[in-house]
Amino acid sequence: MKLKLHVWRQNGPNDKGRMEVYDAPDVSPDQSFLEMLDDVNLVLARQGKDVIAFDHDCREGICGMCSQVINGVPHGGQERTTVCQLHMREFKDGDEIFIEPWKARAFPVIKDLVVDRGGLEKIMQAGGYTSCHTGGVADGNALPIGKDIADYSMDAAECIGCGACVAACPNSSAMLYTSAKVAQLAVLPQGKVEAHRRVMAMTEAATEHGFGNCSNHYECQASCPKGIDVKFIAKLNREYMKALIP
Amino acid sequence: MILDGKCPTGPIETSWDRHRFESKLVNPSNKRKFKILCVGTGLAGGAAAASLGELGYNVHAFCYQDSARRAHSIAAQGGINAAKNYPNDGDSIYRLFYDTIKGGDFRAREADVWRLSQVSNNIIDQCVAQGVPFARDYAGYLDNRSFGGAQVSRTFFARGQTGQQLLLGAYSALSRQVKAGTVTLHERREMLDLVVVDGVARGITCRNMVTGAIESHWGDAVILATGGYVNVFYLSTNAMGCSVTAAWKAARKGAYMANPCYTQIHPTCIPQHGEHQSKLTLMSESLRNDGRCWVPKKVEDCERPPGQIAEEDRDYYLERKYPSFGNLAPRDIASRAAKEQCDDERGVGPGKRGVYLDFADSIKRLGEDTIRERYGNLFEMYEKITAENGYKQPMRIYPAPHYAMGGLWVDYNCMSNVPGLFVLGEANFSVHGANRLGASALMQGLADGYFVIPYTIAGYLATVKPGAVKDDHAEFKKSAEEVKANIDKLLSINGTKTPSEYHRELGKVMWEDVGMARSKESLEHALKRIPEIREEFWSNVKVVGSNDQFNQELENAGRLADFFEFAEILTKDALNREESCGGHFRTEHQTEDGEAMRNDEDFCYVAAWEFKGTGVEPELHKEPLKFENVKLAVRSYK
Repeated sequence: MKLKLHVWRQNGPNDKGRMEVYDAPDVSPDQSFLEMLDDVNLVLARQGKDVIAFDHDCREGICGMCSQVINGVPHGGQERTTVCQLHMREFKDGDEIFIEPWKARAFPVIKDLVVDRGGLEKIMQAGGYTSCHTGGVADGNALPIGKDIADYSMDAAECIGCGACVAACPNSSAMLYTSAKVAQLAVLPQGKVEAHRRVMAMTEAATEHGFGNCSNHYECQASCPKGIDVKFIAKLNREYMKALIP
Repeated sequence: MILDGKCPTGPIETSWDRHRFESKLVNPSNKRKFKILCVGTGLAGGAAAASLGELGYNVHAFCYQDSARRAHSIAAQGGINAAKNYPNDGDSIYRLFYDTIKGGDFRAREADVWRLSQVSNNIIDQCVAQGVPFARDYAGYLDNRSFGGAQVSRTFFARGQTGQQLLLGAYSALSRQVKAGTVTLHERREMLDLVVVDGVARGITCRNMVTGAIESHWGDAVILATGGYVNVFYLSTNAMGCSVTAAWKAARKGAYMANPCYTQIHPTCIPQHGEHQSKLTLMSESLRNDGRCWVPKKVEDCERPPGQIAEEDRDYYLERKYPSFGNLAPRDIASRAAKEQCDDERGVGPGKRGVYLDFADSIKRLGEDTIRERYGNLFEMYEKITAENGYKQPMRIYPAPHYAMGGLWVDYNCMSNVPGLFVLGEANFSVHGANRLGASALMQGLADGYFVIPYTIAGYLATVKPGAVKDDHAEFKKSAEEVKANIDKLLSINGTKTPSEYHRELGKVMWEDVGMARSKESLEHALKRIPEIREEFWSNVKVVGSNDQFNQELENAGRLADFFEFAEILTKDALNREESCGGHFRTEHQTEDGEAMRNDEDFCYVAAWEFKGTGVEPELHKEPLKFENVKLAVRSYK
């Protein structure tokens, strides 16, 4: 098929940036979206032109590196799918596609479709862990954990940290991302010990690094490639309340 | 030269405990004076940086991704082995040790494998304490599944995302140390040289991938945990950024590259669909617990829909050839068997390079819901890529390059032949021999990072003066200038073909001549072709953009340049090893029914290659392998 691409080009954080138009003349439906962009870049490179920069790595939907807003929707709008797992059979011949980077004040553009997601790191460093030391821990089976609790924890832990939730949110909130880690650890006996400290530190870091608050749009859940549920935001709010009341 | 792995002698059961006691220690108040550089933040590097930070060392960690959480360990699906024997099915440290030595086709060091098996149990405890949500049964206890090459259930898992959960555990421990101030993270940095002063590793030179700045970093020790090199085949299951560059730069500075010809071709990958493909996708080997591999018995059936092929016309070739292990035969054997069927023109799907992996029987026995609970995410992934529903029709799979058993040579302390340079995880050669068993990579990464390096690095640091050489030394300047000159050269050629085009070309040669089956003839052909393509690359590559910006074309060109040199050593190693073992299969050395034939008399050694310059014959150093606890035997899974 033949497609027309409108791609955000921005040569560094201080450049103003603009949409530019490219043709993708020979796209196979079995190609992934990134492979389609590879082909466009191959043509640009052969012509000696600067290629479109985009983040990607594992190309199997788990590393969380790829980050593009396609036709206005982070990761392109296919349910539970990262850009790298989006395939061209979802498009049809003659389509015009608009490709932009994650848009959020907390994510400055590095080049074209590549953004700096360092703020997400700061949230994790504030408290996204149990403070256990290597060695000297109890046997893995010492504390039985109900299957329902382990499953709930795993549902939250599936977050790949891509930042689509932030890009989708009108407030650029990192609430879904933060809540996934808070909830994963809060329900486990190993994580309960520090639950209060953790939720306070992580939410504070989110505010400090330019992420907004949640006002219940649920766009985050809709765009999350791992289907992280907004129920974890409710859990975060409960944990926050519990931490406020001594 | 005969290399010495410095393994402890005496009873193997107590070897690691004795070694730990005999190793020197660094006084707690002196630890912060030592600066350790850790390159790579996957399971091995992340765990090492976190654990060393906890101990109080001054750690600097580097990764090429934008976050330490994204290393390719994250893509491991199936699980991690440990000798817990929770299921009461006969497992023990000794059995895990034995299975790993046998699985590696008797080409690994006994002492290293024993230590790995011993600390495997600590890993599970550590991860549980970090909040890794492993699968549990209804009583709340940890659940296990089976993997290839073992007859016990010793694999712990977190749905189909075990690597992700373990890496996030290590990443959380690392994040904690960043907050504590013991670890400094350097993201979007690519190591482009090892700085060696008077034969000792003293630091690295790296490129800031955002600004293009060339940076010098000094350290009292350098740890490389930079993963494997199978992107030398171009199409592989590795991430796009995985490369041999860090390891190869170390090799160029004198570190020996050991057993590079031991490459793992994983049997359960989604077949290639077209020429424009950028990578291959693996599906966990755990699928073979419930999926049955088959191809049509008759060539003329291969074009028909699988549902129309009668039961008696199907060849369940793994069950036929290996009745006691069946579909859970080890990876090298399962991959070769799939290739055999396709070479016999009984492959299925486009190009007839595929075999079926069929869940119909399991769905009948257990119900679709149970299969969905076990492998739901894999079926989803398969459908996204192929647009086929694995519950309704058998999946199609084909082997793909996946893992490197070979890597930089290290002694028992995980230190290379260059003092001060330590190598962990997939980047070293140590424990998997000629073939890695499933669920053992995660085990090795975390064992090296959490439980080996914190002890062994102290033994080295206790002998050096902290900060003896810093980045004001002339070698750092020289290294940075060389790196810059190399980048300038790549940018100035301005030829007609892009790095990715040359990478495809190299990959094609490597896959066809140095892939699943190798012969003297094919290897000699590759040794002729690789330098030809390399020379063309250096005179005709076109790298657009400049150095002072985010430039992925430049990154790719640099990695490819290293792959060219490395590919030659890999091929030479394959040519030198006149035997078949594990993932290294020489067509000249096979039994009548096509099984690998080892030659213990002449090749029971580790081949460690010393780089002598581009286009110059490398020098081979040997480390003889001794087997005192496991009897060298023909590896049989029949």
